[in-house]
Amino acid sequence: MNDLISLNHGSGGKLSRDLIEKVFAKKFSISEPLTDSAILINKGFTLAFTTDSYVVDPIFFPGGNIGKLAVCGTVNDLAVSGAVPKYLSASFIIEEGFPVNDLRTIAESMAAEALLAGVRIVTGDTKVVEKGKCDKLFITTSGIGLLDPDLEHISTAKRIKEGDKLIINGPIGNHAIAVLGAREKLNFNTPVVSDCASLNRLINNVLQQCNKIHFMRDVTRGGLATILNELSGMTRFGIMLNEDSIPVDEPVRGLCELLGFDPLYLANEGKILIAVGAGEETKVLNLLRSDPLGKESEIIGEIVPDKRSSVVLKTTIGGKRIVDLLSGQQLPRIC
Amino acid sequence: MKYISEYRNEDLVKKLIALINKSVRRDYTFMEVCGGHTDAIRRFGIPSLLPENIKLISGPGCPICVTGRDFIDKAILYSRMHDAIICTFGDLVRVPGSSSSLEKEKAAGGDIMIVLSALEALEVARTNSKKKIIFLGIGFETTAPGTAVSIEIAQKDNIQNFFLLCAHKIMPPAMETLIKEGTKLDGFICPGHVATITGSDIFNFIAERHKLSCVVSGFEPTDILQSIFMLIQQVNQKKAEVEIQYSRAVTHKGNVIAQKHMSQVFETCDELWRGFGVISDSGLKLRRNYEKYDVEKIMPLNIKFEEEDSLCICGDILRGLKTPDECPLFSIECVPENPTGACMVSNEGACNTWYKYRQYE
Repeated sequence: MNDLISLNHGSGGKLSRDLIEKVFAKKFSISEPLTDSAILINKGFTLAFTTDSYVVDPIFFPGGNIGKLAVCGTVNDLAVSGAVPKYLSASFIIEEGFPVNDLRTIAESMAAEALLAGVRIVTGDTKVVEKGKCDKLFITTSGIGLLDPDLEHISTAKRIKEGDKLIINGPIGNHAIAVLGAREKLNFNTPVVSDCASLNRLINNVLQQCNKIHFMRDVTRGGLATILNELSGMTRFGIMLNEDSIPVDEPVRGLCELLGFDPLYLANEGKILIAVGAGEETKVLNLLRSDPLGKESEIIGEIVPDKRSSVVLKTTIGGKRIVDLLSGQQLPRIC
Repeated sequence: MKYISEYRNEDLVKKLIALINKSVRRDYTFMEVCGGHTDAIRRFGIPSLLPENIKLISGPGCPICVTGRDFIDKAILYSRMHDAIICTFGDLVRVPGSSSSLEKEKAAGGDIMIVLSALEALEVARTNSKKKIIFLGIGFETTAPGTAVSIEIAQKDNIQNFFLLCAHKIMPPAMETLIKEGTKLDGFICPGHVATITGSDIFNFIAERHKLSCVVSGFEPTDILQSIFMLIQQVNQKKAEVEIQYSRAVTHKGNVIAQKHMSQVFETCDELWRGFGVISDSGLKLRRNYEKYDVEKIMPLNIKFEEEDSLCICGDILRGLKTPDECPLFSIECVPENPTGACMVSNEGACNTWYKYRQYE
């Protein structure tokens, strides 16, 4: 029984990492750090290459749909590696009985998002499976981007230093709560909308104007807590976070309290974590805030010396506690 | 008023801590008996802010933790019936039974759905009329009224494929049992959500008969700190009263309508609590009029249940006799992704919160 995949293996936490490291990375002889994109150095040019599958339920949600998500997600994986996203593939697994009109709507929003992000969808595939063999529609997108070799350090965090400041480009948890709300038909008084967006232009702007960006990662599945733990694990430093400065919209916070969720572990689709060298943080913060996708950016913490590489949260009331990797899915509480 | 940030105000917290520091005169041990309190105390790092002579211990307040392993085993057996859909609150899926868990059964093909309420399970029954929907009723006075209402609606709408596997419990008998069995306490941080339904009067017997201080508390840091301060005052003045700190939600008499639904559908029965054994009149079972919704009456199981692993000290933890770090399995063999005992499973279990919100030293 222990050897069956459970939903926890897909939650982005400890079990997901174990699955990738023990089942795939080892078999595929991957010894490089597990970053958002593979960095492929060739004679004269460097490529970033990434792939991601999208299985969101429901496929239409406030702020987007599975197609928009599939473009944004892959564009963002390339962009946070420091690359300029260029070409995408899109592969569709469609359940028998799926309305063609819905597929059209999804394709249209993919095209619109690709145009906005400045990428081309150049190849793809479709498979139709019997009813019940998949849930409506699954999409896999892969992407290729060009990487300036001077930016190779961004995905591996090798330039991270004590005192680096950590910035996020806006409130966390909106995507997870928007999707949960649509799935469970929770009628919110204040609508929560997914933050799903392509961040490559925002990121490019920052990279053009600041040469002290030491790390970037999109804050998706597993949430901010997971990304911070991955960052501290890749370096020999700890992270000190300030709970008060982590932006969370009021409706999201309220719902988290109600359901017993921690916003630090909720998925986002339009958020990046940036580590910037000390002294440059105000400049980067202002750059981010001048863009609609970064207008609520905040400095949320910094890199500190710590042999145990702990992520520590200074709580609102002045206590300090460890922020760990999530052990499985977050489940709603009972009462 | 946003009801969150105001109750987490650092200045207010500092003032309360200063008041507490000024009023301590001896050692104090207070027990919380609600999982929500256990979580909040650990999540906000409250013990690290208190003087050393105040000890906070967790009692049997997490509904998952006090649910006997036999309940999980029964649920698993029902989930293996070909025409059954098990509807359950989320946390319960991870609790290990004797040889499996609902989560593992789900991965192996069991039809197990996570619902947010009993009424949602009733909707599943309406839309799946050929299946038997078995709702796992757990929790205290907080969740029992919801289950009661779903049973009443099932009766009224003649829904015949909705069943209850019931382990609902009520809190006061467990509190009395642990006092009688010798857990040393100076007072209770009484459960705010339970009291919203029952009213605070339900705890009067603890003050009157057992001479222990009681404060019904809210769940935000300032609520909990104010409650601790109120308990210290009572102890210092040698008083034993039931006070309400959580006055924005709790009254003396509680939610009379919810109470009516509960007593319409349920009657008390002897019930097994993990860590305690059977406590008389501490459980809720369906009244005779509603027995046709009792899955154990309609589809009885004939199995014998095994004793639990002796190394796991969940029982002692639930009775406030030991803390999670005293367990030989804690954080070594027993971790959230591979729990040995129920206290490591639930978000609000003592072991889980100790592990998840480890203090940074």
